[in-house]
Amino acid sequence: MLAFLTDYTLQNVMIGAALIGVISGVLGCFAVLRRQSLLGDTLSHAALPGVCLGFLIVGTRSMESLMAGALVSGLMATLLLIALTRHTRLKMDAALAIILSLGFALGVVLLTYIQNRGGAAQAGLDSFLFGQAAATARADLYPMAIIVAFALALVVIFWKPLKLMTFDPEYAAVAGLPVRLLELFLTGMIALAVVVGLQMVGVVLMTAMVIAPGAAARQWCASLLGMLILAAVFGAVAGITGGVISALAPGLSTGPVVVLIASAIALFSLLFAPQRGLIPTYWRRRHRLGHTSSDRVLLTVYELAREHGDWSYRVEQGAIDAYYGMLTEPLLLALAQRGLLASAQHMPDEGPHWQLTQDGCEYAASRSAQRRRDWRLNRASGSP
Amino acid sequence: MTEPTGDELDHDPNIALHVEDLIVSYGDRPALWDIDLDIPAGVMAGVIGPNGAGKSTLIKSVLGLVKISAGHSRLFGQPSVTQAHRVGYVPQRSTVDWDFPTTAVDVVTMGLYGQMKWWRWPGRHERDRALRALEQVGMEALADRQISELSGGQQQRVFIARALVQAPDILLLDEPMAGVDATTERQIIELLRRLRDEGRSVIVVHHDLQTVQRYFDWLVFLNVRIIAAGPLDEVYTANNLRRAYGGQVALLDEAQAESQSEHQSNARLSD
Repeated sequence: MLAFLTDYTLQNVMIGAALIGVISGVLGCFAVLRRQSLLGDTLSHAALPGVCLGFLIVGTRSMESLMAGALVSGLMATLLLIALTRHTRLKMDAALAIILSLGFALGVVLLTYIQNRGGAAQAGLDSFLFGQAAATARADLYPMAIIVAFALALVVIFWKPLKLMTFDPEYAAVAGLPVRLLELFLTGMIALAVVVGLQMVGVVLMTAMVIAPGAAARQWCASLLGMLILAAVFGAVAGITGGVISALAPGLSTGPVVVLIASAIALFSLLFAPQRGLIPTYWRRRHRLGHTSSDRVLLTVYELAREHGDWSYRVEQGAIDAYYGMLTEPLLLALAQRGLLASAQHMPDEGPHWQLTQDGCEYAASRSAQRRRDWRLNRASGSP
Repeated sequence: MTEPTGDELDHDPNIALHVEDLIVSYGDRPALWDIDLDIPAGVMAGVIGPNGAGKSTLIKSVLGLVKISAGHSRLFGQPSVTQAHRVGYVPQRSTVDWDFPTTAVDVVTMGLYGQMKWWRWPGRHERDRALRALEQVGMEALADRQISELSGGQQQRVFIARALVQAPDILLLDEPMAGVDATTERQIIELLRRLRDEGRSVIVVHHDLQTVQRYFDWLVFLNVRIIAAGPLDEVYTANNLRRAYGGQVALLDEAQAESQSEHQSNARLSD
């Protein structure tokens, strides 16, 4: 059943997809943490005209020439981006959007020109739009592997500067690091990652491969190193699975499949990661609920009413939730059932309110007096 | 300290921070105008002034973080850029993303990155030094806590520890008391006093006028220009307070008028 693992084409696909996953996962972490998620998108779209020009100049669809073209136009986009944000009043997001659409428009025009020119050599160039993993040849893997090894080595060597600049660029500058050069360097590396993935994932969806593994890994990890390693694993898993699925299903582009899997991993992480996931967080708040007695909540309402000098003071449910850091509605409903609290209306634009009933007020007063007696006793018998 | 009278004295190593003719401009508006300042070594100095007075800009210009239009600054008589290793900088807490995946001790270790060979990874030795710095600010128990789980005051103390780990001769702090509770504020000020008593120079951008007298022994009144600077008991006067805080608009206008009239500013420079 695992016979397909020995299939030559599939081997190529899996190795290539793993390489893409690792490099885009690792470098994407920096983009995610620096809040430059759109950077990968811009660089991949900007690489398309480079791919076309590489083809036009060399005349064949060789991996090296297309990568070189993509790299050159990616770097030009990087420089243009820096020039636009530094010398005009454009903000980063606007500059990114402009370069993204400009690059893609230029790329599509060139692509159409090449296709209309005809000839067997242009076959498959349009797979750069959505990616075609099955077209990966063994010879394509070597330049990819070299770039990935080169990029990972740079991350290891420049670990401290990259980390410091990602966390606190101003402090990095004070520590004497060439921050602007490092920024250019990091953007250039992300361009490299994009170039590696272009053929298999395509320019349109490559950004998801840069962002999704990093965003997913962030949910599980407490250190930058851990996040980078996990992002590499997530990226490789998404790449390999997506590559294999698309290679087995004729006509299915690789990019969309890879991105669907990477997004599923990210979604799962956002929901279920133990510390930061939405669902564990919700359960922790619910759990705390079990340890908070409804009497304490009643006393809070009582204290609030006393502070406002009004026993029928209406407390907004959101205020009680905020005070306890959890959803207190079940406790409030229980108190209402015991006849100690009553639901009340206040401003129409505010949430539900609660006020003490006559019984509730008396019960809370006796509980409050009891608590004060206990407290005095404890203090009297405790250490001085 | 006496006013510098010649080139020799300009580079007095006993002057922790010397600023001369400094002008910084953001776009069409000067943020700092013609700053001349000497803060002696071993004092705890407060830089005070209203919002937009250029307090942070003054510190950043010394650190080389903003472009200087004119003038220069010296730390211990040497050009500031060459003295980066002697400076501990504590930026405003809001300048970084506290959701970054890292621990308190790791952030403090980053304070050593500038001193380490650039390709070396931090190890045991660096961690031990970072832990000692955390101990100084009373945070050793929280060393391995995620920074996102720290309170505002704890985050501030981590930042101070990051500056202390380099064993700096001069500390520059940008509003370290902003958004911390009263207990933390007291801890921070006691720590800074201790550092001052050890002979370090401490310069604090400060916002709260009520505590100025208790905290500092040297004051700089800043409002785009230097209003007054010197020992607390000499310069902490109602008149200086009024000049720094009262006439903000008037001073700005004056500075701009001056920049248009070369004659006038030349006359001032030769004062």
